[in-house]
Amino acid sequence: MPCTVTMTVNGKTVSREVEERTLLVTFLREHVGLTGTHVGCDTSQCGACVVHVDGRSVKSCATLALQVDGATVTTIEGLAAADGALHPMQAAFREHHGLQCGFCTPGMVMSAVDLVNSNPSLSEQDIREGLEGNICRCTGYHNIVKAVQAGAEAMNADQAAKIAAE
Amino acid sequence: MYAFSYQRPTSLAEAVAAIQADEAKLLSGGQTLLPTLKQRLAQPSVLVDLSAVPDMKGVAAVDGGLTVGAFTRHAEVAHSDLVKATIPALAHLAEGIGDRQVRNMGTLGGSIANADPSADYPSAVVALKATLTTDRRAIAGDDFFTGMFETALEPGEIVTSVRFATPDKAAYAKFRNPASRYAIVGVFVAKFGAEVRVAVTGAAGSVFRVPAFEAALAANFKAEALNGLSVSADDLNADLHASADYRAHLVTVMAKRAVEAAG
Repeated sequence: MPCTVTMTVNGKTVSREVEERTLLVTFLREHVGLTGTHVGCDTSQCGACVVHVDGRSVKSCATLALQVDGATVTTIEGLAAADGALHPMQAAFREHHGLQCGFCTPGMVMSAVDLVNSNPSLSEQDIREGLEGNICRCTGYHNIVKAVQAGAEAMNADQAAKIAAE
Repeated sequence: MYAFSYQRPTSLAEAVAAIQADEAKLLSGGQTLLPTLKQRLAQPSVLVDLSAVPDMKGVAAVDGGLTVGAFTRHAEVAHSDLVKATIPALAHLAEGIGDRQVRNMGTLGGSIANADPSADYPSAVVALKATLTTDRRAIAGDDFFTGMFETALEPGEIVTSVRFATPDKAAYAKFRNPASRYAIVGVFVAKFGAEVRVAVTGAAGSVFRVPAFEAALAANFKAEALNGLSVSADDLNADLHASADYRAHLVTVMAKRAVEAAG
């Protein structure tokens, strides 16, 4: 029986008729058309599908769309500014070669942003442990960790500037 | 996934009524259930989502312990100041479950009701003298786990909260599978006055206590008290990750590490 799911995705309210068994990742990619969130392993190991639900990172391939009915969802498409300026974490991944093929990158960036939001002073070990749910088969992780360290600094600087402006 | 229908009841009574349907299944965080459904290993008629049932979330201090709502997610237990101050070993255990994203969804009630032999929480339930509250009764933690993926729950019975007793000292040490982070062997050691409890998960079909370890630690709460002691490898799990003999060896090693961490 199709049912209606409504949620806020990247600041916009979206509402679609879906089957109950529709996964959040399927909802985002096929019903809303946001294909930046990837399906990698489809067994909740790889983290390519990570999005934020009410500010917490979750694996959208292991979540039903119905479970987040009414929630606020942010995907990789929702990070950049309206004028296209990259989010500091995205810019750091580009600057520090935190990607090669790029398939895992949306999930890596979403997990990294959640990590920094929950702990602004991350050690290298915190980052490595915090990214345990994300698998990259290209980089060997070193540049990803460097990118997250730089992205965290940039996010903290942005935050400090915002507070100073207020 | 096979098709199913879905309900999100807003009271415990509604949830209890909904779960009576033929082939109905409770959905908590879904971190085990949804992968199972995706592999078509189960075919429920209806999923009853517990996320909107009130009074099943959060941590509260109670006389001599903590009560954790069954729908409390692992990340909330791991980051709770109350848990960290009262039973830090429990926060440490929760922080080691799966990965960050799994901890943001998975719940205490889901974990223990599923009773995976490699799950972390069963060891805390047994070692911390827990009492489980369901929609109809209280169940002692010692009586809850009855076998591999089997519990004392009746069909349609819903765990609503778990009360853990505050120990004098406790720690959890696990040797984890590096890919899944499940416990190949996990040992929870808790000291209550003269009594010591040692609960082992991951090693057998279900969590179990080790009376010989408990007696030795009650006499001398030091890692060296376990020197020369081991569990029999008979009936322990064996799979591609670890043989039964290796798991038996790990039980002593993890118990010693837990005692050292408990201090």
